[in-house]
Amino acid sequence: MRFLRSSDAIILAILAVAMIFIGLVNPAFWQMSNLFSLLKENVVIGIMALGVLLVMISGGIDVSFTAFAVAGMYLTVRAMVALDYNGLVLPFMSAILIGGLLGLMNAGIIHRFKMIPLIVTLGTASVVRGLVLGFVGTSNVNINKMPDALVEFGKTDLFTLERANGSTYGLTAMIVIYLGLALVLHLVLKHTMIGRSVYAYGADPEAAKRVGFSTGRTMIFVYVTAGALAGFAGLLHSSMIWLANPRDFVGLELDVIAAVVLGGASIFGGRGTVLGTVLGVFILVMIQNSLILMGIDTTWQRIVVGAMLIAAVTVTALRDRRALV
Amino acid sequence: MNDTNSTVTRPGLRTLVKGETAQTNLMLAVVCILVLISMTALRPTMFLSSYNFESMAFFMPELGILSIAMMIAMLTGGIDLSIVGVANLAGITAGTLFAAMAGDGGSGALGLGPVTLGVIVALLVGMAAGLLNGFLISVLKITPILATLGTGQVFIGMCLVLTGGPAIVGFPPGWNAIGNGKLLGIPVPLLIFVVICIALSVLLARTSFGLRLKLIGTNPKAAVYAGVKRGQMIFYSYMLTGGLAAMAGVLLSARTNAAKSDYGASYLLQAVLIAVLGGTNPAGGRGNVLGVALALISLTLLSSGFQMMRVSNHLIDFVWGGFLIGVIALNSWRSRKGS
Repeated sequence: MRFLRSSDAIILAILAVAMIFIGLVNPAFWQMSNLFSLLKENVVIGIMALGVLLVMISGGIDVSFTAFAVAGMYLTVRAMVALDYNGLVLPFMSAILIGGLLGLMNAGIIHRFKMIPLIVTLGTASVVRGLVLGFVGTSNVNINKMPDALVEFGKTDLFTLERANGSTYGLTAMIVIYLGLALVLHLVLKHTMIGRSVYAYGADPEAAKRVGFSTGRTMIFVYVTAGALAGFAGLLHSSMIWLANPRDFVGLELDVIAAVVLGGASIFGGRGTVLGTVLGVFILVMIQNSLILMGIDTTWQRIVVGAMLIAAVTVTALRDRRALV
Repeated sequence: MNDTNSTVTRPGLRTLVKGETAQTNLMLAVVCILVLISMTALRPTMFLSSYNFESMAFFMPELGILSIAMMIAMLTGGIDLSIVGVANLAGITAGTLFAAMAGDGGSGALGLGPVTLGVIVALLVGMAAGLLNGFLISVLKITPILATLGTGQVFIGMCLVLTGGPAIVGFPPGWNAIGNGKLLGIPVPLLIFVVICIALSVLLARTSFGLRLKLIGTNPKAAVYAGVKRGQMIFYSYMLTGGLAAMAGVLLSARTNAAKSDYGASYLLQAVLIAVLGGTNPAGGRGNVLGVALALISLTLLSSGFQMMRVSNHLIDFVWGGFLIGVIALNSWRSRKGS
């Protein structure tokens, strides 16, 4: 019963209504191949959104994660190509490490200088992108140069189905990684002291400090985790599209933030759930990908996403105001 | 403890703020001169050429006006992430209007009247966009970051719908003159920028409007008790921001003779950076036009110098971002020393 009154339930209801509506406009929406490709689209944005959710619960906002994702992906892939290394575990650990270290930089600056996270992360994003493009390179690592292990890993399917004409399509195994990470983050946020400290800090930093949470440690946990998730998502993305493009993800930060807000997280901190975020990501990806199915010109996509974001923040703003009274 | 809070509690608030602003501006002026000297030393013939300064005078004003717009939004403790979208939407609306007015004859035949109308329409678009932001922020109480993030997407989306993707080209010659012309040997964009700087300096420093705007940023509650109509002031401040952004859009489309949905995307970060570098407190309450102008000049000199030394554009991004972090660190260190 408690679930039915939560904002997650409302988001789930919106999702169901939207799915039925899109399905009525164009029944092709319900084809398995379409649903599988939607799920695949969710993976990278979703993993990034988990990091953004964490930052948002802590009361901050992060626009640097796309730059960190590029750094984790591009540096790792270039190093693999240069060293002629073909493996999986080490590269992913390196991408996670790069993202995590960059996140540590964010945490350090935000905590030490008490500066608004938006402005700090704008700055660090510019620094990291500038460094990667200026020092490391601007050219894509294409499929012919991409390490085979990464490409093969990205191709892994859970199972494959056959179309009427004999061609096959599958559900990517990456979805398991995404949902696994989501589950872990959910458990950490709900059941560990560090997870509770993020909510406490986001709701009221001063109160969190007085009850004995170390705010510095909380900030480090939040931004390092967000950075590590971004780095991981970056490399996973290049493994799924068989390409490492150092100019990738430009402008994606807005979509991801929109998805997290859509999922009911409050920008003032202290509110937000993993389930809501996962649903928010699914709604955003589904609507973006279904505009064509519904016969709407793709030039309208930005307006639709922007309007959705405004609608979602209006609802959360009204909710937060009522909760305060 | 940030510096606004620590100064508020002290007597003689105004002299203190003034002193601090003057200090920041002095420091910026020194930075400006240092950059000028070092760039001159590194590339004497190229850097000091009149051509270099003239080209700066043409492209600097767009960014300068956007930075001032950002500063205005920050004065009330807000931020406007939609300015670049507004700027492009204003330019594109004007371009669409010209195309409609000219019909098959081509826009070359359009005279002063239509061009003036175009400028007015562009500015109205900017103010309407600001009105929407103000409504979301002051009536629906949405955080400025999210409200303007959303409207920015919508404005860029409207640009895409209006243009269908590619750039609008072929503005009338009168419109071009705004961006590329000279009056008495001085580039027109520079003239417009100087006029806007002076007008806004007076508005912020010498009128009760400016004082009330800063008061809201310094202490919203005290401002309301002092009889400041907070909602109304936020409306005005975002309309002013939108209008300025539209003016920047006019200059941008006039200089390049084109308007596109993704022009000047990198200006957003740079405008935030210049506003903060120029002594604006992003938490509200503090900001002045002179500081923003000085920050603009030093950063423009810096990137123009780098371009001459053939440093990659990406490294310039790196330097800008590094500068922003450096300024944050410096401000934090200074306010800690002060309190």
